[in-house]
Amino acid sequence: MIVFLIYVAIFIASFFVVKFVARKTVTDFTSLKTVTFGDESAVTPNRIASILSVLTIFLLWAAFTGSSLVPRFLHAPGPFIGDATFTYTAEADGVAPDDATVTVRVFEVGTDVADPEVPPGEGWAKNDVDTVGAWRSGLVRVDRNDAYGRDAGHRVVAVNGQPIEPGGEVMTEFGRVGMSPKGTLNFEPAKGWQMEPIWLPPPEAVVARLGEIASDGYRDSTLWEHLGYSLFRVVVGFFFGALVGIPLGYAMGLSNWFRGWFDPIVEFMRPVPPLALIPLVIIWAGIGELGKIILLFLAALWIMAIAARAGVSGVAISKVHAAYSLGASKWQIMRHVIVPNSLPEIFTGARVAMGVCWGTVVAAELVAAEKGAGMMIMVASKFQLTDIVIMGIILIGIIGFGIDILMRFAEKALVPWKGRI
Amino acid sequence: MNGLSIENLSMRFDLPNGGSVQALKDVSLQLAEGELMSVLGPSGCGKTTLLNIVAGFLAPTSGDIMLNGHAVTGPDAERGMVFQQGALFEWMSVRDNVSFGPRMAGRREGDWAETVDHLLDVVGLRDFKEKAVYELSGGMQQRVALARCLANDPDVILMDEPLGALDALTREKMQGLVLKLWKETGKTIILITHSVEEALLLGERLLVMAPRPGRIHREYRLPFADLGVNADLREVKKHPEFGQKREEILGMIWDMEEEIMGRTEENA
Ligand SMILES: Nc1ncnc2c1ncn2[C@@H]1O[C@H](COP(=O)(O)OP(=O)(O)OP(=O)(O)O)[C@@H](O)[C@H]1O
Ligand SMILES: [Mg+2]
Repeated sequence: MIVFLIYVAIFIASFFVVKFVARKTVTDFTSLKTVTFGDESAVTPNRIASILSVLTIFLLWAAFTGSSLVPRFLHAPGPFIGDATFTYTAEADGVAPDDATVTVRVFEVGTDVADPEVPPGEGWAKNDVDTVGAWRSGLVRVDRNDAYGRDAGHRVVAVNGQPIEPGGEVMTEFGRVGMSPKGTLNFEPAKGWQMEPIWLPPPEAVVARLGEIASDGYRDSTLWEHLGYSLFRVVVGFFFGALVGIPLGYAMGLSNWFRGWFDPIVEFMRPVPPLALIPLVIIWAGIGELGKIILLFLAALWIMAIAARAGVSGVAISKVHAAYSLGASKWQIMRHVIVPNSLPEIFTGARVAMGVCWGTVVAAELVAAEKGAGMMIMVASKFQLTDIVIMGIILIGIIGFGIDILMRFAEKALVPWKGRI
Repeated sequence: MNGLSIENLSMRFDLPNGGSVQALKDVSLQLAEGELMSVLGPSGCGKTTLLNIVAGFLAPTSGDIMLNGHAVTGPDAERGMVFQQGALFEWMSVRDNVSFGPRMAGRREGDWAETVDHLLDVVGLRDFKEKAVYELSGGMQQRVALARCLANDPDVILMDEPLGALDALTREKMQGLVLKLWKETGKTIILITHSVEEALLLGERLLVMAPRPGRIHREYRLPFADLGVNADLREVKKHPEFGQKREEILGMIWDMEEEIMGRTEENA
């Protein structure tokens, strides 16, 4: 919630700052338009905003994980580390109530820690010491070292002078002291606003993990093998999907019989998400490469068939007529008119199919695989290795984005007329 | 017998709702080789349908079309077509568009290169031959379409509002170009237009069609096309007979349009 508010605040603040600092210096055609609101073509992404957006996400991430990448004053308040103290008041049968202090050393999980040393103190209730990791909580059995134990009716009635009863709690400056229904105290040091590394590691930990896995590998395979396997499955599955789907789409666009025969199949399979096929494919083909590739093949097949069909139906009849009256044969019209004319649609379909395939392969690997990006993060999540999970998600995102960029480049190079007709 | 002959051509479209449209009824006309005929008529009178039948894209419900002594049954390279717009192949350069016909016929480049270059010269696109089609203006694109049609050396050229999408100035220049190409190549041309002036300028013969059913309403023989070859078309328009014919035909088409309106109002 806090994070969201800060995010909105940064969004608004940077909007006004950038607007104020960067007076419009470019006078391109768009900036000469007076009516821009509602004119979609006049809306171009503000690149400064894009950069700030990415920076903001990393900044928030770093600030709320206490990252060493950003200066200290930007950190959100961290968890309490150090010696926390509170006093308790105990009663026992037949003696006057007595006070004692509890000193709890709060340490960063993963570092060595020794019990703090304190004098036992006066009276029958003795001072206690304990250790607890940051973001954790620990029971404090204050009666253990006291002269009168539980068998003598030992019970804690107040913490820091504030009365407490079983099931209740007292907030101290170092954190929360609660009492269990049976009367045992537990101490939960203040957590601050930062995220615990096992929930969200700081960026540098993720980078460090990336370096480690890139050089040492994870689960018997190098990082590149994991990613390479995922990519390989996508490329092969997509390739065969396109190889079958495109001719199928052409046939459906050109022949009544094909259209009638395959329409029900394609229309039925199109809305079935490929993920829903995973169980069936596992039953039929197992969890090996073949099953994955069949799954991706199916994911790409319908998309490519529909794209090719749309490409054929999208050809302007005047182009076909013109080609006929220039003496072209059916085959020549196919080759020189219909196929090139459908390329823009096919590329759009290919981009969608690649995206779907990439998503599907990761999901399929989450379910079952020996290698692959999805398998890597799934296994890591079972061991609470959040840094690997986050690293994996980022890599998956980057690769997915990279694929799309490549497809766009290919599209620009191969169908330069797209959208210009 | 040379030339194009259309005999008792009728075309009825059956509509999915069970009704039918009589797009053409008993249309007959003869066109000698090298004649230039423009066709005028209110919207929906069957001009495009007539052209599509002559091109071979549609089979008539009845009637015959003969070209140079043989029956027309389907599209063929002997009958070239120029569309209003959007019929060029965007994935080819200007030169590839123009040479499409000869290339599809399997002729070698040495065979057609000279003709194609000459045609590109004639339509003033020599410097644009390697450009992509979508980089050209509308007028340039129509010139490519004309050159593409001529490069295939058809006997008859059919044009459906070829200049309809152009601005007035470009259109005027293109009209001059059409006349010039007609005279130079001696092709038989049928040209559909919505502009009475254009029909007068570009028609050795002018056909006015009437709707419902589509039929020939009147035919003119005009001197303006001959006058206009390699001349200033604006001068031709000053010809006294030109203005008189224009008023006459405009009035005729106005009457037809009003009749259509009246009839639809009655139906409603
Ligand atoms: N494929 C078709 N199916 C049904 N009716 C059609 C079809 N094509 C044309 N028509 C009808 O035939 C008539 C003539 O159409 P056509 O397109 O030939 O007119 P046009 O004279 O070219 O009109 P415009 O000047 O608007 O281009 C119209 O009433 C039209 O509705
Ligand atoms: Mg028409």
